[in-house]
Amino acid sequence: MHISEGVLSGPVLVSGIVLAAVGVAVGLKKLDYDRIPRAAILSASFFVASLIHVPVGPSSVHLILNGIVGLILGWGAFPVILVALTLQAMLFQFGGITTLGVNTMIMALPAVFCYYLFGRLVGRQPRIALPAAFVCGALSVFLGAVMVGLALTFTDENFLKVSYLVVTAHLPVMIIEGIITAFCVAFLKKVQPDMLRE
Amino acid sequence: MLQEPFSKGNSQIHRLDPRFKVVFATVYAFVVALSNSFPALIAALIFSFALICLCRLDFLEVAKRVALVNGFIIFLWLVVPLTYDGQSIFYLGPFGVSREGVLVSARITLKSNAILLAFIALIASNTVATLGNALGRLRVPEKIIYLLLLNYRYIFVMEEEYRRLLRSASIRGFRPASNLHTYKTYAYLIGILFVRAADRAERVYKAMLCRGFSGSFYSLHEFSFSRLDWIWLIVMTIAITGLEILEWMKMT
Repeated sequence: MHISEGVLSGPVLVSGIVLAAVGVAVGLKKLDYDRIPRAAILSASFFVASLIHVPVGPSSVHLILNGIVGLILGWGAFPVILVALTLQAMLFQFGGITTLGVNTMIMALPAVFCYYLFGRLVGRQPRIALPAAFVCGALSVFLGAVMVGLALTFTDENFLKVSYLVVTAHLPVMIIEGIITAFCVAFLKKVQPDMLRE
Repeated sequence: MLQEPFSKGNSQIHRLDPRFKVVFATVYAFVVALSNSFPALIAALIFSFALICLCRLDFLEVAKRVALVNGFIIFLWLVVPLTYDGQSIFYLGPFGVSREGVLVSARITLKSNAILLAFIALIASNTVATLGNALGRLRVPEKIIYLLLLNYRYIFVMEEEYRRLLRSASIRGFRPASNLHTYKTYAYLIGILFVRAADRAERVYKAMLCRGFSGSFYSLHEFSFSRLDWIWLIVMTIAITGLEILEWMKMT
């Protein structure tokens, strides 16, 4: 999920950069040097997983996975997503320099938000953990889409209808992400439960 | 398959100091993103296109990337002219096509492509490793560089891992479709990818410590500011000043 270059206005771009810088600073502070290889290699796996196209009806969607990034890395989601977006720009030219701040916020803020909301719940018994994981996956995509909409609407009030369309278009993605996140959390709880305990 | 097709080459632009390219690309991207006059935006698009030509990249590959990135722009063209407030120039059924909406879409299209082409010419023409080192010299926090370089190093490994998992799933008869079984299979695939990544990180970090890793990466690459860089510094300063003048002329 990202906004292309050249769409947003100056104030929106600058606010994105400032807020993202704060988030990244907090994330880096919480990420000690000896935890960085883990964050980096996990983020390489998130990057690869987000390239997977999952079939939905006649078409397919690619995964965003910011919910699960939040669950596993907490505040570390900010620097990890910043770096992933930089690599995305280098490898596919999606996004770019001026939108790096806004795009980091769009994905990382919902990730951290969901970490606080659901981080504890997914550690409980499956009856609570799995629905929580579903909501976590769906909500993080929804909030991301809402932030895309807000960035567009703050740029130009006339983009309001575009914003509604962006959010609506993400509804199927939300459901798929919820299902994938729930199964993935169920799997991690069985195989490597301490990955969800930061 | 992941690759960096633009990083190979021996053009003038490829030989410029990466630090300079990063700084210029950033300033240029912001100047273009904040410009609004059509003369300035058209001039920017021409200048960016000239940069691409000087880079001597594979045109087909550049065109493919540009087409992909323009997906969002096409979406804007489909929606914005019909929903933007303003005087209608003509009607498509019940919807009025607003003049302002068309202008806004045109402006965004020009900006987006001008910035994109300059990004390909100046930034994507470096390898990620060079970019990481250049950002390090530009005082980007060490931890970010460390994350970027390690992440980049392991993307290819994780992609290989993912393909292996997918192969073994399809050997066992897995055919993706829109059903719960597919989603569950993908979720478990992703889960095992994360578990293996965490395990690998453990081993990698221990191996790094064994080899005396103390928290920073050293680069043998020496950056130097050559005469070519000075010439380009002048060219690019003129380009940016020119864009600002065009933008300013419109205002008065």
